Amino acid sequence: MILDLVPTTLRMATPLGFAALGGIYSERAGVINLALEGMMLIGAFGYVVGTQVSGSTWFGLLVGIGFGVGLALLHAVATVTFHAEQVVTGIGINILALGITEYLLPTSKQVDGLPHWQLPFIGSYSFIVYLLPVLMVVSHIFLFKTPWGLRLRAAGESTEALAALSLRRTRWQYLGILLSGLFAGVGGCFLASEVHYFTKGMTAGRGYLALAAVIFGNWRPLSGVSACFLFGFATALELANRWNIPGQLLNSLPYILTMIVLIGFVGTSRPPASLGKMKS
Amino acid sequence: MDIRKLFISLLRGRISDPKQLLLNFMPSLFAIFGFFLLCGVVVHARGQNALEFYSIIFSSGFSSFDEFGYVLFNATPLIFTGLAVAIGYKSGLFNIGCEGQLYVAAFATAWTGMHIDLPALLLVPLCIAAAVIAGAVWGAIPGYLKAKYGAHEVINTIMMNFIAFALMNYLVTSIYQEPGQMIPQTRQVHETARIPRLASFVPSLPDSNPLNVSFLIACGCVVFCYIFFTHTRWGYELRLVGNARDVASYGGINPRAVTVWVMALSGAAAGLAGVAEVMGYRYRYLDSFSSGWGFTGIAVALLGRNNPFGILAAAVLFGLLNKVALDIDILLGIPRGLFFAGQGMLIIWLVCIEGISRKKNDT
Repeated sequence: MILDLVPTTLRMATPLGFAALGGIYSERAGVINLALEGMMLIGAFGYVVGTQVSGSTWFGLLVGIGFGVGLALLHAVATVTFHAEQVVTGIGINILALGITEYLLPTSKQVDGLPHWQLPFIGSYSFIVYLLPVLMVVSHIFLFKTPWGLRLRAAGESTEALAALSLRRTRWQYLGILLSGLFAGVGGCFLASEVHYFTKGMTAGRGYLALAAVIFGNWRPLSGVSACFLFGFATALELANRWNIPGQLLNSLPYILTMIVLIGFVGTSRPPASLGKMKS
Repeated sequence: MDIRKLFISLLRGRISDPKQLLLNFMPSLFAIFGFFLLCGVVVHARGQNALEFYSIIFSSGFSSFDEFGYVLFNATPLIFTGLAVAIGYKSGLFNIGCEGQLYVAAFATAWTGMHIDLPALLLVPLCIAAAVIAGAVWGAIPGYLKAKYGAHEVINTIMMNFIAFALMNYLVTSIYQEPGQMIPQTRQVHETARIPRLASFVPSLPDSNPLNVSFLIACGCVVFCYIFFTHTRWGYELRLVGNARDVASYGGINPRAVTVWVMALSGAAAGLAGVAEVMGYRYRYLDSFSSGWGFTGIAVALLGRNNPFGILAAAVLFGLLNKVALDIDILLGIPRGLFFAGQGMLIIWLVCIEGISRKKNDT
């Protein structure tokens, strides 16, 4: 019975997981990223446009990622170079992405999905689904076991430490934000590839949900992506709706859980020390 | 408070120093200019006549009282959400939760208007009070969590938005849906819970024009906020906590208490946008009626430089843009998305300009 929910859970959790990984990179580098929603949306848009133009889903994926990174670059220039208010910039980018995609592509044609891989015992899923746990582990190793990860985290924790090593904080912040665009872009591509078309505002708040997962997972890749699986499971439960629980209640469960975590009732959640601070 | 002193300070303070005022609003004017320029360039690039585009913008907003009435009607909820964002911002808090607050408030209003039968003289204030209280409670929760546990209000207001969407959707589809209707909406509120349209007082407005008394309430709130910010003890506390938290605590102000009531006040202001919708226009609660008013409120507050009168002007501008977006779609075949994209660009420019000036001050 529970096993029936696995496919939906995976499909729901994958885009969230990618966006959450993106969010972790950006926030670990000290930049609040509310723009995940817009980056996912433009990623989905890029995938559909790229695939429509070239006929190749791989090219579509590339375009989707490229658009996501492009939007991330805008966020990086505004917040890191111009010291713009990070929360407001993120919201501005989300509105921008919503508007651009609606303007350029009011209705989309049906496009092919990314290739599915058939694995024994697991079933057939888009290869992006299998990529998520791999990238989750890679991200963990990168952030916590390599000198580059240490520097990226230092950009979000202590500017003085970076300065002492005569490293530029801005470079690592750029890297973090661009990576978040890349990951959120992949998440968006997956969304569009699963439903085979683009509709305006199709991310429907997933970027914000991914951000909730980042906080829920204490800004760590392993727990952040696990939170996405939990949230995906909540959505799958809602869609299956066998127990007569109001769907809206299950729907808001991730948000309520995140608020509880933030209060500190369940474990502790501590943001990077210099998150959102831009003074050099 | 001495009214005479207030007038003198009004004359001396802001209005008599147009240079300072202009300087303060310079970034906004630049951004608006850039926005219209960009739109013109895009229209030109589409192979259409940019001058015709500009003339449509003008005629769509100002060619008659009727048109201008629609502009002000569109502006009304944005005045409330803009003020709500500004109230929070002045004390260093980000209220991203206006959208949720106005939904909760609108539902509270609709519920009161449906279930309580009283003469208009009592019911109208009661319904408004219901909205104010519901909005204030929904806003105060993140404020309390911030004050008590240090939980970031940005995240919590976003979470509260989604919880509000889900809760209201549940209430309106499962419990209070109008019988025999497919549309997720409640039945209408009592006649006595409605506020009149301005068309019944202003002869030059046709009866079809939806502009209503809630616009006057909004204007009242603008004046109230101005006086509140600059001429009351609470406004002073609010600004002091926003600008110099430590100074405020040494001065005997409790920043935590201020955080809670500021968020409550901000939520209440956002809640009044629900009044405009339910009591002034639709006379019922319709699920997801707001087209992002809470988020546009952020842009309005930014553009208006968190000054109540600036917010009024910015809200009217956005009201105009929302109306123009429809007309351009019909007359020139340009999708409304262009205006949303422009709006996003406008926000990003504004925060960049603000960021650069802050960076200069820092170094």
